[in-house]
Amino acid sequence: MRARYTWRAFSRELIFLALAAFFCIPFYLLFSIALKPNSELFTSPLSFPTSPDLGNFSEAWKGQAGVGLGRAMFNSLVITVFTVAILILIGSLCAYALARRPSRLSNALYFMFVLGIIIPFQLGIVPLYVLFRKIDLIGSYLGMITLWVGVSLPVTVFLYTGFIRALPRDYEEAAQVDGAGVLRTYLRVVFPLLRPVTGTVAILTGLFVWNDFFISLIFVSGSDRVTLPVAVYAFVGEYFTQYNLVFAAVTIALLPIMIFFVFAQRQLIRGFTSGVRG
Amino acid sequence: MSGSLTSEKAPLPRPEGRRRLFSRSRVRRRGVRQVPWLLVVPAVVAVLLLRYGATVLGGLYAFTDWNGLGLYPNWIGFDNFRAMFKDEATSGALWHTLQLATMFVVLVNLTGLALALGLRSTLKTRNLLRAIFFLPVVLSELATAYIWQYIFLYDGPLNLFLGFVGLDEWKRAWTADPTWALYTILFVLIWQLSGLTMIIYLAGLQSIPEELEQAAAVDGASAWMRFRRITLPLLAPAITVSVTLTMIFGLRVFDQVIALTGGGPVSSTETLATQVYKQTFVFTRFGYGAAVALFLTVLVAAITLVQAAALRSREYRV
Repeated sequence: MRARYTWRAFSRELIFLALAAFFCIPFYLLFSIALKPNSELFTSPLSFPTSPDLGNFSEAWKGQAGVGLGRAMFNSLVITVFTVAILILIGSLCAYALARRPSRLSNALYFMFVLGIIIPFQLGIVPLYVLFRKIDLIGSYLGMITLWVGVSLPVTVFLYTGFIRALPRDYEEAAQVDGAGVLRTYLRVVFPLLRPVTGTVAILTGLFVWNDFFISLIFVSGSDRVTLPVAVYAFVGEYFTQYNLVFAAVTIALLPIMIFFVFAQRQLIRGFTSGVRG
Repeated sequence: MSGSLTSEKAPLPRPEGRRRLFSRSRVRRRGVRQVPWLLVVPAVVAVLLLRYGATVLGGLYAFTDWNGLGLYPNWIGFDNFRAMFKDEATSGALWHTLQLATMFVVLVNLTGLALALGLRSTLKTRNLLRAIFFLPVVLSELATAYIWQYIFLYDGPLNLFLGFVGLDEWKRAWTADPTWALYTILFVLIWQLSGLTMIIYLAGLQSIPEELEQAAAVDGASAWMRFRRITLPLLAPAITVSVTLTMIFGLRVFDQVIALTGGGPVSSTETLATQVYKQTFVFTRFGYGAAVALFLTVLVAAITLVQAAALRSREYRV
């Protein structure tokens, strides 16, 4: 039986609602300032704009140095989607073999992937930058996707392997008895059963790639393949005193994930929970 | 389906006329083929080259004086590491990183645990509240840190508020103040990631049967006693995960530093990650930058492994 809703629970509810309101102050400031015309920026910084103005957004949308935020958003989307697709494909296949062939070799490989989660990527970035400069992969989609696959594969394989190990073999065996080959069994039977963990992988790695600043700053800044965070960084560097413009750019950068969050917050939170528990 | 499966003893004859991609894989009893090792190749090769190979190569750079241009770097042994401890920006970065990560791990786990305990049940708006506290976790760290940078400005909202409540002497340019700049980064980190520790602890709390606590309450255990003797020990696995994860986050802080302080004032908020970036890619000291990165790698690996081992052994003791 659940505890009853008492006066104490009610006061706790009020405290947490107040805390949440306090927690949201940055978002209030973000939206209200992004909508303010220059004239109101300094006269009334905290109040909601009396005459909301979308002009800041059209100004911010143009971005900086000829690369608009729309372009940056498209770049981020391309890099994220391809990275996640490749991760799901080769990560799940690898995990399938690791989970279904228990042996010393698979244990060793599994350990290799787990250790790869802990090792920071900063050290490996240095020689990869040198290599990519040599083979002209700086400022390219291919370079970014390659990097991200390398960075995120360990956690992908880790999550898939844990999930597949707990999955009964009956369905695969039945499919194979019915004459399906390994690949067919995988595509028709196993992969659909992996949907929950595929969701987790897509959410975790997708957000990681989409939001990353460190790697993008090094590998695509200054090119026309800049990702959204790098474009915002460049924009702030140029307009750092005009906070209404800066906040319009920040709003544009945050909006896709915020909208996604409103519609899919349950799946997102569940994805994170099973991801970090795995 | 399963009936026919169990009765199957001999390997099934292969259906004719269908091409087999993996015809050499061994055949198990009951006619089921083994999953071929071939499937691990793409992922294993990618990780070996892009993670391990690159990391080892970067580790070798750390012992050279390479500036990113010449073909043959000179092997200079441990000179980069000696220089690291002499250089104020870098040695300061090491100290700030440890300071920041430690304070961050303690505080973000406390706030996350408090949120999880408060929003565990009974509250009518708990799902909305959980969503609100979780939102910053999924947003760009760089972009959200710019909002805070504005809040901390000298004529920004925080000081306006302090003036409003009559605390004028507390006003300062928070991110430009050597004693406070690091704490602004800490504060933003906690704001951003409390939601993450919250959901880890919520998941941990879910696995604790409510009957256990109710029984203890019937036996007269106080709320604190129940927390200390039942909830906390049973949360041990969640604590392990959460502390390890937040430690890794804390040691790698980069975005917030760039957006809030840029490492300043006078290098008082440099972290190892910002130093790796600046030394390598801004000052093109590839050897030196790699040495800082190697230091960061060893630090992260050592701390997380020791910490995970210590916390895990605790899980069974309690």
